[in-house]
Amino acid sequence: MSELSVDHLLGIKYITKEDVDLIFKTADHFKEVINRPIKKVPSLRDITIANLFFENSTRTRLSFELAEKRLSADVVNFSAASSSVKKGETLIDTVNNILSMKVDMVVMRHPNPGAGVFLSQHVNASIINAGDGAHEHPTQALLDSYSIREKLGEVAGKNVVIVGDILHSRVALSNIFALKLQGANVKVCGPKTLMPKYIESLGVEVETNLRKALEWCDVANMLRVQNERMEISYFPSTREYVQQYGLNKKILDSLSKEITVMHPGPINRGVEITSDVADSDHAIILNQVENGVAVRMAIIYLLASKIKQ
Amino acid sequence: MSQKILLNETEIEIILHRLACQLIEKHNDFSESVFIGIQPRGTFLAERLQQKLERDYQITEVKTGKLDITFYRDDFRRSKKPLEANKTRIDFLVEDKRVIFIDDVLYTGRSIRSALTAIQSFGRPKEIELLTLIDRRFSRHLPIQPDYNGRQVDAINEERVKVNWKENEGEDCVYLVNN
Repeated sequence: MSELSVDHLLGIKYITKEDVDLIFKTADHFKEVINRPIKKVPSLRDITIANLFFENSTRTRLSFELAEKRLSADVVNFSAASSSVKKGETLIDTVNNILSMKVDMVVMRHPNPGAGVFLSQHVNASIINAGDGAHEHPTQALLDSYSIREKLGEVAGKNVVIVGDILHSRVALSNIFALKLQGANVKVCGPKTLMPKYIESLGVEVETNLRKALEWCDVANMLRVQNERMEISYFPSTREYVQQYGLNKKILDSLSKEITVMHPGPINRGVEITSDVADSDHAIILNQVENGVAVRMAIIYLLASKIKQ
Repeated sequence: MSQKILLNETEIEIILHRLACQLIEKHNDFSESVFIGIQPRGTFLAERLQQKLERDYQITEVKTGKLDITFYRDDFRRSKKPLEANKTRIDFLVEDKRVIFIDDVLYTGRSIRSALTAIQSFGRPKEIELLTLIDRRFSRHLPIQPDYNGRQVDAINEERVKVNWKENEGEDCVYLVNN
């Protein structure tokens, strides 16, 4: 197969295992490209991409922008803070205005779940979801799986635990879909209050004891506690959270095997993981960031190849 | 579909020998020369020529790389079939080197045009030459001609030249295929 089954990347639940394989195979080529003396290819020189960020982002926006520029696409950036959204414009109006300036593809982050799906039904452009509320963040899940594949050879059969704020995390949901799709075993670990109800129905197990989860896993994906999405208190104090769910070097060294530590960023050092873990050989956090550019290049390239002339 | 043999194993061997001699005549010292096989099928020819220089003429200093041109092609979003990439492997700098592009068939010249752009990502070569096993003359879309040429072929557009290599198809043979 050499073509994606979808015209948009709205979430992992809409794509197939073959799509994931094709994205990874293409990302391998782009990883080689971004390690050349000149890191740019001219493939998308006639494509214009709008990055619409209705929510804050540093890493994802930079990563997308770099990926787009290394494919030679024209890029326009938009952030909600400085736009007419503040003046009451609707999402469809905003996007249609941008599209009438002949934009072919939209990368969008939005605080509302389903914003990407909604947009794909109403505007004529290829949409990439760069995070929609607490719903999905498909490119992050793909780069996480790509990094596991790079480190451990394959994703299938590996034990992966996602630790932390599962309730508010789009990274967790997309990762669960992506890992299950590729045949990995997935557990989620965190305080009961930060576990969504019926999470087991996605085929994952819940573990509330961090040590047990770490003893079981090959890979631990440590998530940030998303204080900005919390209107009420979900645990008594940060100190207590750190004691129960913070990963430090002592726990890591006491395990019976070596595990790989991941983090989607931004890290709250000293909360979900300590600095000595984040900077250790176990962590592949910076590899994830590098792979993020290659994987996003692959996704943009493959979606752009489906845009009709 | 019908096909006829353009070159058999013996003829290919004679041509490879001649091409190797022409390269030696032109380059003499290969310390600054590099072979770049154009993916997917030029790489076999590049490796064959490198082996020939090594075995028959004890020239061992030629470096060989593989260049994939997929992301540099001018038919992205235009071709009916999606483009599929291959591996690029160039473990050396081409800066100031004498680069020899090696491909099995020269047809429209568009692949070589893409390769000329692609190679710039690895430095600024001193010069670039082109070696092809089969030159489908009169089919060119661009002003590109080979410097070393195995055999010129006059084929019409519906016909396809297919080069088989032992490494891939189990035989050395060049066919003219009529679809």
